[in-house]
Amino acid sequence: MLKRVHFPTSLLPYLLVAPQVIITLIFFIWPASQAVYQSFLIEDAFGMSTEFVWFENFTYLATDEQYLGSFGRTIFFSVCVAFLSMSAALILAGFADRIVRGATTYRTLLIWPYAVAPVLAGALWVFMFNPTLGIFPYILEFIGVDWNHYLNGNQAMALVIFAAAWKQIAYNFLFYLAAMQSIPRSLIEAAAIDGAGPVRRFWDHIFPLISPTTFFLLVINAVYAFFDTFGIIHAVTQGGPANATTILVYKVYNDGFVGLDLGGSAAQSVILMFLVIAMTVVQFRYVERKVEY
Amino acid sequence: MIENRPVLNIASHAVLIIGIVIVALPIWITFVAATHDPVRMTQAPIPMLPGGHFWENFTQTLFGGGLSGTESAPVWRMLLNSLMMALMISFGKIAISLLSAFAIVYFKFPFRMGFFWLIFITLMLPVEVRILPTFEVVADLGMLNSYWGLSIPLIASATATFMFRQVFLTIPDEMLESARIDGAGPLRFFWDILIPLSRTNIAALFVILFIYGWNQYLWPLLITTETDMTTIVMSIKQMLEAAEQSPQWNIIMMTALLAMIPPVFVVVAMQRLFVQGLTETDK
Repeated sequence: MLKRVHFPTSLLPYLLVAPQVIITLIFFIWPASQAVYQSFLIEDAFGMSTEFVWFENFTYLATDEQYLGSFGRTIFFSVCVAFLSMSAALILAGFADRIVRGATTYRTLLIWPYAVAPVLAGALWVFMFNPTLGIFPYILEFIGVDWNHYLNGNQAMALVIFAAAWKQIAYNFLFYLAAMQSIPRSLIEAAAIDGAGPVRRFWDHIFPLISPTTFFLLVINAVYAFFDTFGIIHAVTQGGPANATTILVYKVYNDGFVGLDLGGSAAQSVILMFLVIAMTVVQFRYVERKVEY
Repeated sequence: MIENRPVLNIASHAVLIIGIVIVALPIWITFVAATHDPVRMTQAPIPMLPGGHFWENFTQTLFGGGLSGTESAPVWRMLLNSLMMALMISFGKIAISLLSAFAIVYFKFPFRMGFFWLIFITLMLPVEVRILPTFEVVADLGMLNSYWGLSIPLIASATATFMFRQVFLTIPDEMLESARIDGAGPLRFFWDILIPLSRTNIAALFVILFIYGWNQYLWPLLITTETDMTTIVMSIKQMLEAAEQSPQWNIIMMTALLAMIPPVFVVVAMQRLFVQGLTETDK
């Protein structure tokens, strides 16, 4: 942690950490504590008076069907996004790992969606699936599917899942490919000599060996789907139709900034903070274990 | 190559090419839409091959007033705002993280671990979970509609501090000993030895942070109300709303294209640094 050889105590280290600490206090700690404080308050409709109500906002959320529904949808959304993008990335990385020539070209062509902003990804997908103009509704009509994500909640959910998963493939691909390339070749060669074919080698050797990466990516994808997909939802569906795509982060924004329900929004923020803390703890515990092994 | 299986090799290439086509399809459609005139873009099915109006759309989008019938800043202005925000965030994060990592690794002072944990906590407080109170703080400080308001609240960084801490810990102690024998003070040592030694890490981090800064959406959406301060990424959403009345998909998609070119260029051009940065900051 600390260097064995270090500089003597003086005022200097305080000056060095000052910018980071001041910004952290003003823009992180203070607002977060405000969120916790506000989550214990109820403000009347005109903002004239506030009342300290302890955990009433939380107990209200625990029984609020809209909130519980949003919680369930967020979990469904995250599971779908993680599964779709991780399995697509796993398949692509598995094949890219086999290829000797041209592997870097494939990598270049596959990684750049990482750089596309979530809201832009949403815009591209909403254009492709535009009910009157888009290319996919046009094709889907031939097989008898009437696509309109402005009216059909399931289709709206599918669309945001596609857009979110598409953007995350690049990231998962990079980590899977790196993990597969770090497996010693001799191991795979030994399996081949023992008569294991490519499919057998993948499931019995490669896949178990990269399981730490799979676990790491699960956490990262969950965090991504929970918190970084606001732009996609906002651009594609705005939580609709009829709240079918209102995930938790979107609901915090909507209740706070649009609905001006400060106490309720703050209580939701506090719950989200606990979720982030839990995910960070899981992620760090995993990193520690990985260092050991 | 473990064994020679020509069929499987061909299949591998085929799967990868299909993967690339799927990944690239949205961008291709965007590009195609940006090369047609507005009339063609209102007829279903939309074209799949580029048309001849690229430069026309390009100049109209970049220097014109954006969508007709809406109040918005010209696109070049939004690109400039995005660039300023991305650069301020990435340089700001790197600068304050280098300084605090230096203090934590090379000095022994009271509350050292306290500061370390304080910085660590920021990891657990993404902007999405504390939007309302952070907005109030920025409003009280009078930082709405300014570059400072866009960037300063986002530049505290636990991951960057951790990364530099890791880097500094791998630098041999003899470096510091010999620097001190030669009479270098802490700042001299920091500037002449630590910074040059962590140059590639700084560059790798810069690539990641530039993309992070450029792609910010929720934060600029909250704190900019003047059209002069909007960023390019934000403007897409406003254009999509306007498109419900008067669809001008050629302009919207050209704007989307302009918004994604800088970060995509950074990723592709600095691929090695990008991969390094990605794997370093997330572990």
